[in-house]
Amino acid sequence: MINKYPLWKYILLALVLACGVLFALPNLYGDHPAVQLSPRSGDISPDLEAAVSETLNSGGVTDFSFRSSDNRLLVILPDGETQAKAHGLIDLAHGDRNTSALNLVPATPAWLRQFAKPISLGLDLRGGVHFLMEVDMESAITSAEERYVDEFRTQLRENKVRFRSPSYDAERGVTVRFADVLQRDNAQSLLRQEYRDLVFEATQDAKEFYLHARLSDEARETERRSALQQNIITLRNRVNELGVAEPIIQQQGRERILVQLPGVQDTAQAKEILGATATLEYRMVYGTYNDWADAAQSGRVPPNAKLYTNREDGGPVLLDRKVIVTGDQIKDASSGIDTQSGSPAVFISLDGAGAKRMQRVSADNIGNPMAVVFIENRVTSREVDGKIVRDRERVEEVINIATIRDVLSHRFQTTGLETEEARDLSLLLRAGALKAPVEIVEERTVGPSLGQDNIDRGRLSVMIGLALVLVFMAFYYRVFGVIADCALVANLVLIMAVLSALPTTLTLPGIAGIVLTVGMAVDANVLIFERIREELRSGSAVQAAINSGYEKAFSTIADANITTLIAAVVLFVFGTGPIKGFAVTLSIGIVTSMFTAIFGTRAIVNWLYGGKRGLKALPI
Amino acid sequence: MARLKQLVEARYDIMGYRRPAMFLSIALMVISVIALALRGLNFGIDFTGGYVVEAGFEQPADLGEIRSSLAENGFDDAVVQFFGTQSEVMVRLAPREGLSGADINTQVNGVLAGAGQGPVDLRRVEFVGPQVGEELREQGGLSVLLALGAIVIYIWLRFEKKFSVGAVAALIHDVVITLGVFAISQIEFDLSVLAALLAVIGYSLNDTIVVFDRIRENFLTLRKSNTVDTINVSINQTLSRTIITSFTTLLVLLALFFIGGEAIKSFSMALIIGVVVGTYSSIYVASSSVISLGLQREDMLPVEKEGSELDEIP
Repeated sequence: MINKYPLWKYILLALVLACGVLFALPNLYGDHPAVQLSPRSGDISPDLEAAVSETLNSGGVTDFSFRSSDNRLLVILPDGETQAKAHGLIDLAHGDRNTSALNLVPATPAWLRQFAKPISLGLDLRGGVHFLMEVDMESAITSAEERYVDEFRTQLRENKVRFRSPSYDAERGVTVRFADVLQRDNAQSLLRQEYRDLVFEATQDAKEFYLHARLSDEARETERRSALQQNIITLRNRVNELGVAEPIIQQQGRERILVQLPGVQDTAQAKEILGATATLEYRMVYGTYNDWADAAQSGRVPPNAKLYTNREDGGPVLLDRKVIVTGDQIKDASSGIDTQSGSPAVFISLDGAGAKRMQRVSADNIGNPMAVVFIENRVTSREVDGKIVRDRERVEEVINIATIRDVLSHRFQTTGLETEEARDLSLLLRAGALKAPVEIVEERTVGPSLGQDNIDRGRLSVMIGLALVLVFMAFYYRVFGVIADCALVANLVLIMAVLSALPTTLTLPGIAGIVLTVGMAVDANVLIFERIREELRSGSAVQAAINSGYEKAFSTIADANITTLIAAVVLFVFGTGPIKGFAVTLSIGIVTSMFTAIFGTRAIVNWLYGGKRGLKALPI
Repeated sequence: MARLKQLVEARYDIMGYRRPAMFLSIALMVISVIALALRGLNFGIDFTGGYVVEAGFEQPADLGEIRSSLAENGFDDAVVQFFGTQSEVMVRLAPREGLSGADINTQVNGVLAGAGQGPVDLRRVEFVGPQVGEELREQGGLSVLLALGAIVIYIWLRFEKKFSVGAVAALIHDVVITLGVFAISQIEFDLSVLAALLAVIGYSLNDTIVVFDRIRENFLTLRKSNTVDTINVSINQTLSRTIITSFTTLLVLLALFFIGGEAIKSFSMALIIGVVVGTYSSIYVASSSVISLGLQREDMLPVEKEGSELDEIP
């Protein structure tokens, strides 16, 4: 029994510790305030650095440096005050082509930045907003099915099938009515061939024959998936428009989207922009003022028209059923002031298809009135008798009616909105429309002062807890206690290193997990040392006592840690947000503590006491 | 220090007190179950859905005034309380019909700013929709049950059926009593407390396994003594370790409780209760139930192979 470790074990230990120190090191450096610039589209311009340099110099900011990464330019500034000033200057001068945001960049020296990053902090530690948004899948499917009403009408008309006006309801899908069975069967075989995504069903009653069409199950699933993906893309665009540094936008589950915006304080604006479904539609006006009043009074709307409310006077307006251009075809939008009337306006650019259509329709209708419809969807849920009820509200208002004087093509303007509405609408049109309305089902906002407070308190409690344990162990187990203390400190360094290297974020419960592992990590050493003492008491020789102390304690330590690890893994898999953070640090702590408390302390013990034959007692 | 060493190394007839201990455990569990049935847990908005606003004022705030201004503005169900210091206030609201999170946010902010308490700094605003709350409740319960299930299977494989029954009895004991303390004290039960509860399961198990490991070892080496004596010797041998580990863990948890801030107070509270109860239960619940289940030396024999295999690893 000589208790010697071969050289390679010491080398391994030294390597692991060196890596640990290297990866944990960036956390010792603080942050620099910075302004982040990223291009609204395409790649960042190579001249931007020089241009920003000039802007700042002429604005009186001289102390700054640049760093660029991932298609963005970071302007690093000495303090928060200069950061705010620089942000104002940069936004004014370069805000048209780039979005700018306040950010913090690690102050790690360049050589270290190549290997390691500091731990990324969760929102509860750095401040910011967290939203969980649920996509209203039913509306996504409804609007997908509704599109077929117009398509069926065109399709059947072109093929000279006689039918009565198709309609849509959420219960049965698209319904087309027919006077005789032959026409219905014709229509069915025709449509079935044309639309393979649909499931058709034929019914009849005493008077008429019906053909119902719904999306097939696979098509529904595809629709759901694409609605979610489309919404994530749109949300990402909107967040970019808002100018947020390092946002997180990701799918969570089948119909939810998680959005985290660090550092954002104005939650009201963020929420309005993210959840908004506002878009525009252009339609021709149908009939005259008298027709509108008649339709509103009798409730009988002509088959080719749709009844709307006018925002200005609340009165009825009839518009053509056919849409000229929808929000999807808007390529770019900006807000400003109409030079003629002096009222707020949205300047619109259409894409190719939209422009072509607008050109054709306006050429045919010079002298006729055209209307702009503002559409907004809202969804809210509430609990009624333990069940979740979802209220949907769709607002469609005519905001503007103007006579077409010229042929319109890809660029024109729309008035009739308030200044703020015009600004938000242009942002929304730029970023694209949400395919299905979203509802915020969870929202957490943490102010920056609270975040800093949480970090400070977390750090302090780790320090004090650690100090108490270190002192106690050294007191109670003497030299062996000091060895265990070294292992404990090494364990903390390793936890920090793993957290820095993994793509996880540290949250407040995560800090609690670290604190808990500090307490539990000594358990392995306590088990081993108690065993060694026991062996010494029962008369074993020193070297034999060390050896059997480590060996006998191992299976106990392994069993105890594996069961705790099981609990941590279950927490990780089934828990959400804060619980996950706790599970991550707890699991990491269990694994690293096994390494330092068994392997690490054994290496030191062997080095100090191993091989010494004359040893009569141990300082334990 | 020398006296502490003496204390933890002494031999006690621990199992001799197992009947009174069992009555104590049963009494505590009955009280906990009654408290849970009558008062229930004070669920936080993570589980119920609703709004929480945490606001800081520049000087100590007058809760009565804040309450009455909230009530004037239609928030008469608001729960208003101090959070940490006298100048920090937490407002809790139930989910509302027809109002989105944003609406509540601006309204409550307006009310707090106009409540005559000086400028207000909204430090934290949380909104959890009713559907999310319900899911978290289900998920939370599910994860506790799954963790228990996975642990039972592991102990069954590593030890023996009677041990796994004993370990689970101890776990249920710990969870029920910890929940009971939360029901009696009405401290808010939120997601972080649920995490703490799962950590308690892990910790208590850790303790139980250390004792069981020694019992198994002693059954194989002390061939002459009976079951109760063997278990008594095992508990005595591990007693010093049990006390010292619990002590160091408690040191850290107390630091967390007193310094860690209001946000993790209930979390560390749950862990402190859990560690104390878990230490006790690994001796008096887990080991006593193994005796009550009639564990024999013969039960232990087939496991010997598996244990020795693992011993080779270091």
